[in-house]
Amino acid sequence: MYWDEREETVEQARLQETQMEGLRETLRRAQGSSYYRDLFKDRRLQIDDIRKLADIEMLPLTTKDDLREHWPWGFVAVAREELIRMHSSSGTTGRATVIFHTANDIKAWTHLVARSMYMTGMRRGDVFQNMMTYGLFTGGLGFHYGAEEIGALVIPAGAGNSKRQIQLICDFGTTFIHIIPSYALYLSTVFDEMHVDPRKDTKLKAAFIGAEPHSEKMRRTIEDLYGFKAYNSYGLSEMNGPGVAFECPCQNGLHIWEDQFLVEIIDPLTGKPLADGQEGELVMTTLKREGMPLIRYRTKDLTRIIPGPCDCGRTHRRIERIKGRTDDMMIIKGVNIFPIQIEKRLMEIPGVGTNFLVLLDREGYDDYMNVQVEVKREFFTGDLKQLEKLRRRIVEELKSDILITPRVDLVAPDSLPKTEGKAVRVIDNRKD
Amino acid sequence: MIANQLSIFAENKPGRLAAVTKILAKEKINIRATTISTSDTFGVINLLVDDPKRAMAVLTKAGMMVSLREVLAVLIEDKPGGLDRLTQLVAKENINVNNAYGFVLESSEKAIFVVEVDQTKKTEALLEKHGFRTLDTEALSAIEPFHYMKY
Repeated sequence: MYWDEREETVEQARLQETQMEGLRETLRRAQGSSYYRDLFKDRRLQIDDIRKLADIEMLPLTTKDDLREHWPWGFVAVAREELIRMHSSSGTTGRATVIFHTANDIKAWTHLVARSMYMTGMRRGDVFQNMMTYGLFTGGLGFHYGAEEIGALVIPAGAGNSKRQIQLICDFGTTFIHIIPSYALYLSTVFDEMHVDPRKDTKLKAAFIGAEPHSEKMRRTIEDLYGFKAYNSYGLSEMNGPGVAFECPCQNGLHIWEDQFLVEIIDPLTGKPLADGQEGELVMTTLKREGMPLIRYRTKDLTRIIPGPCDCGRTHRRIERIKGRTDDMMIIKGVNIFPIQIEKRLMEIPGVGTNFLVLLDREGYDDYMNVQVEVKREFFTGDLKQLEKLRRRIVEELKSDILITPRVDLVAPDSLPKTEGKAVRVIDNRKD
Repeated sequence: MIANQLSIFAENKPGRLAAVTKILAKEKINIRATTISTSDTFGVINLLVDDPKRAMAVLTKAGMMVSLREVLAVLIEDKPGGLDRLTQLVAKENINVNNAYGFVLESSEKAIFVVEVDQTKKTEALLEKHGFRTLDTEALSAIEPFHYMKY
């Protein structure tokens, strides 16, 4: 039932002692990085000032912008030779943030992923098909290593190529899959086309769904279509990737692994800590990481701690499924996209006017992005071909940056709502 | 002679054409002919009107994206082979027609064929050389499209 019973069911009091030790260790290690060394010096912070977990409030928050500004080595706390792996966030904004791992970091991460998967019932002998992109994105290798640790047979299928995915599931008796929820919905239509019933014609037992926000209803739909359990997986590359928080068989919140992460929920506006049960921004501190310790990292994800113990017996607290973001990042088909990326690209294209609007929609089981772009008045000569050419160029340019193919509509100048103050350039119509 | 055609950008949805004609009606601008070309979600409304400059001003004032384009309004005979004579000539000279539309002036007598080509000036000279008459905006405004009395 437990991958590591002692760690997973440790009493909260004991867990907090471990966390305090981990925190002190992280603070000590962090001084190895130029960023935290300078920061601590500037703020005259002494490790000894942190005597209890609540003292963490005295420490400054770390943001993604800090990671970007001190890219690539500013946060590395060990000798360069100690690093054996790098990963990068799935976002594609100009300079991606990179995270480095030592051999121990990879082991610790793998341990958490194995613990998470084991929790849902995966065992030695199971067949695990990983339908995530391998490479810089952590969802590929992270799950891969975790499943191997358990002793499952891993099929590193990677993303896409739907018919082959189904063929692999059938040929090798896949029992567990890791899949983006919107893709799971889409893939079910390919099952139909191939006249394969995932409920009867496969050995599938469960899916891990993550990398993009989804509702409870969407999860239930996936479960109905496939006839299996779908477990919500939460992670971010800054905190390794997958294996940060994971659903247990109770499917009521995600256990966030508190032996490796110190968890806070703060008010995103004031930065003040919030009590369990209150919704706010998830802030995390690594407790065991060597290569790149992060202190009070703002995830920009909104959630709350679910108060009270879980029926599964694990003592690590649970977070609720992610409610949204504190910034304007959107996630579509598992890709993180910021409106600023779209804006930057558009403004470089001659003929594009001042305003644009991004609409996210769901048609059937497919998510798509629709970008409405105002045409510059002077650009218009009455030639439809010229407009069509402009539209195609916008599609191509955006695709090369955000990696998904948007639908682009050209609209008349001044026809879109003006953006005053906070830019509201994204309308998310995806329900459930 | 070269005529001016009004081209108006419009999203491909209900009411866009009506918005244009409403303004022109109010301004008492007469429409001679019209075509619409559409892409997936947007299109261009092409209008031949009696006062293109004023039409452009009022439509632009209403926030529309408008452009004046040079077109050739060619007088042809309204009888079998009337248009063919023109198109054969243009084809022989390897001139590409990007857009074209026509309207009858006098049944079984005269019609106007409007063409948008790549090389307007060259085409105009060619047509004049072969005896075709092209009309400019003023000439187009002066003519009565139909001799209603005959009907």
